[in-house]
Amino acid sequence: MTVMAPERKTSSDAYEQRALGFWLYLMSDAVIFALLFATYATMVANTDGGPSGKTLFSLTNAALETMLLLVSSTTFGFASLSSRTGNRSAVLGWLLVTFLLGLGFVCLEIREFMGMIRAGAGPDRSGFLSAFFTLVGTHGVHVSVGLTWILIMSGQVFLKGLSVPVTSRLFRLGLFWHFLDIAWVGIFSIVYLPGLL
Amino acid sequence: MERHGLRSYLVGFALAVVLTAIPFALVAMHALPPSRLAIVIAVAAILQVLVHLRFFLHLDLATTPRENLLAIAFTAVLIFIMVGGSLWIMVDLHGRMSM
Repeated sequence: MTVMAPERKTSSDAYEQRALGFWLYLMSDAVIFALLFATYATMVANTDGGPSGKTLFSLTNAALETMLLLVSSTTFGFASLSSRTGNRSAVLGWLLVTFLLGLGFVCLEIREFMGMIRAGAGPDRSGFLSAFFTLVGTHGVHVSVGLTWILIMSGQVFLKGLSVPVTSRLFRLGLFWHFLDIAWVGIFSIVYLPGLL
Repeated sequence: MERHGLRSYLVGFALAVVLTAIPFALVAMHALPPSRLAIVIAVAAILQVLVHLRFFLHLDLATTPRENLLAIAFTAVLIFIMVGGSLWIMVDLHGRMSM
């Protein structure tokens, strides 16, 4: 790595401070997810005579969603790496791949939710289902926001190029996207797999 | 793309795939009694979270800024108290209500 010019160093310091601010946001989000997990664990047995996870969850669907999100996390990593070498078209390409994988994840989740609601297992059926839809739905909303953000950043990379502020924003979007994959690890390990035991 | 960075993501991806495949396969085959499977799921999940933090979020005790690590450690304590405390209270209440 080359030695940075003084003014460049000040600006990169500023971006590091923003990374700390973003970490603080992510940690507050982690607290939200942790408490939704605690709520789910408390409510999971309260099915009110309705369907439980064993009849509602599909292992194949959960595995497919997991793979889509994991691969998208990796392809976002490729976008970050491409941004460091200043390869704009590679960044745009990998962001597009990441977006499509994330979109596939959201579509699978919406299909699962619709199927459950149609089968009479909506969030109003039991305490268990209220907790399920709140937890998994909150994660799904996060992913959807992430998808919107990916579109916005693709626009910025396309129009403004890989300037220092754009690269810095791309870095924070990466933190957000990787963080969502960690939240999903919690979801399949606490919701889907134990539900299908 | 940088060699070193690329290797980090690929190693993280491979480890994450293995740590996902093990619990999913065991659950699909009902290979173990449920109580043992629950332990395998929990261990694989904790390991996978650590893999993500290390290889995707690039957390490193040596290079990550101290204040970031402090924020993460503080959050871990907070989550432990709030989640642990909530579950403790609710499980205790459940036990007393069904007496």
